[in-house]
Amino acid sequence: MRTDRVSRVSLRVVALGYLALLLFVPVGVVFWRTFEHGVAPVWDAITTPAAQHAFQLTLEVTLIAVPLNAIFGVLIAMSLVRGTFRGKGLVDALIDLPFAVSPVVIGLSLILVYGTNGWIGSWLADHGIQVIFNLPGLVLATIFVSLPFVAREVMPVLREIGTDQEEAASTLGASGWQSFWRITLPAIRIGLAYGIVLSVARAIGEFGAVSVVSGNLAGKTQTLTLLVEQRFQNFDVAGAYAASALLAVIALATLVTLTLIKPRSDAA
Amino acid sequence: MIWLSLIVLVPLAAVVAKSTDGGLSAFWNVVTSPLAISTLKLSIGASLLVALVNGILGTLVAWVLVRDEFRGKRVINSLIDLPFALPTIVAGVVLLALYGPNSPVGINVAFTKAAVVVALLFVTLPFVVRSVQPVLYELDQEMEEAAASLGARPFHIFRRIILPSLRASILSGAALSFARAVGEFGSIVIISGNLPFKTQVASVFVFEQIESDNTGGAAAVSVVLLLISLAILFVLRLGARRAD
Repeated sequence: MRTDRVSRVSLRVVALGYLALLLFVPVGVVFWRTFEHGVAPVWDAITTPAAQHAFQLTLEVTLIAVPLNAIFGVLIAMSLVRGTFRGKGLVDALIDLPFAVSPVVIGLSLILVYGTNGWIGSWLADHGIQVIFNLPGLVLATIFVSLPFVAREVMPVLREIGTDQEEAASTLGASGWQSFWRITLPAIRIGLAYGIVLSVARAIGEFGAVSVVSGNLAGKTQTLTLLVEQRFQNFDVAGAYAASALLAVIALATLVTLTLIKPRSDAA
Repeated sequence: MIWLSLIVLVPLAAVVAKSTDGGLSAFWNVVTSPLAISTLKLSIGASLLVALVNGILGTLVAWVLVRDEFRGKRVINSLIDLPFALPTIVAGVVLLALYGPNSPVGINVAFTKAAVVVALLFVTLPFVVRSVQPVLYELDQEMEEAAASLGARPFHIFRRIILPSLRASILSGAALSFARAVGEFGSIVIISGNLPFKTQVASVFVFEQIESDNTGGAAAVSVVLLLISLAILFVLRLGARRAD
């Protein structure tokens, strides 16, 4: 079957060529451009005070948003899989909204509610709480965009494991809390871990929604992704590449973590 | 549920409310203004093109990753998700590095419509691949072998046996790419140059309206984008229900 082999190889060439042109070569070029003049300038570019602050702020936002998402993601997943209530199908569909809605629209929606003229924002402003152009706004935007990850990863696992063990535990006198802690949580831990890693990656990398609500004040509300954009706009291309390379390394680390979690879930 | 409402539903409702602040006619005026129309046209047109290209090349990539054997396949397979893991602004920087003014290969698409399409192809690459791959794994090869032994040509086998089983997953992957592409912002904002009537997409239009404090105008176009998202979620759900 010579023709079979020829077509197989040519399909491979087309597929890999497409991936190379779109994905591998561009990412490679950024790393090459970043380290063109050695490591020292890169190190300098990612340790400037503005960059350090951006890194800290990104970390802070992630550390607040991701645990909240994990807790509420599990709660949402439990109530959607285990609970019965009216409009469950609707809620189930709405969970995916943050993935489908444009990040800019998400940012705008938060401004309209939590901005100084917003529905809740004006009341908050009277009490001295500023959400938009401030840390809480960044956290809200981050929670919004990464909201579905944990719920979506945990839901299929919850369906899979069923309720037998939980029921057995409760007939043996376990409280709801005990049975969650001892039975449900260990069963969903891999799905939960997967969801958390995805949330972390998204939280660190979110740009659109954050850029609308942040005001992008260097040294104040500038996250890593906003720093990349600002450096680019200021024609500090080398600086933008350095910060991009840092974010790309984080993205690659995420992928490695995910593949490390995955095989264990196959084995379990 | 209160959590979900406070963070997602109430803010989105606020956008809808804001868009009709000045009545329906005001909403209509903004949405049908020449600039808004041109940005929506570009967003929707480019996203359709991207969904189509993804549908074809994404399926091809999935095929090669499942059926073909070659060195480094596993690494490539895990790198497919890179566009999801990479911040969108970095995606823009990455593409500009290769296809921008300082391109090492001499291709410069920056500030053209082509740049918008390339950026969208990049960020939506995994959707079709990832939705088709599991179906291909599950697909029984016996039917194909039977067809081949009866003398069917490869193309014929693909069209008559493989394609029908893949159709649903290709369509859902393409629909997800479309939804993502229509609202995409970060990867486009750097590479497109945002030239009004030329390379400005709808999400960038919304962003600029917010920056110039015209939240009403921003909300109006946002509602159009929101409706598109809702429509796609709805269609996907119907498709999934029918598949069950």
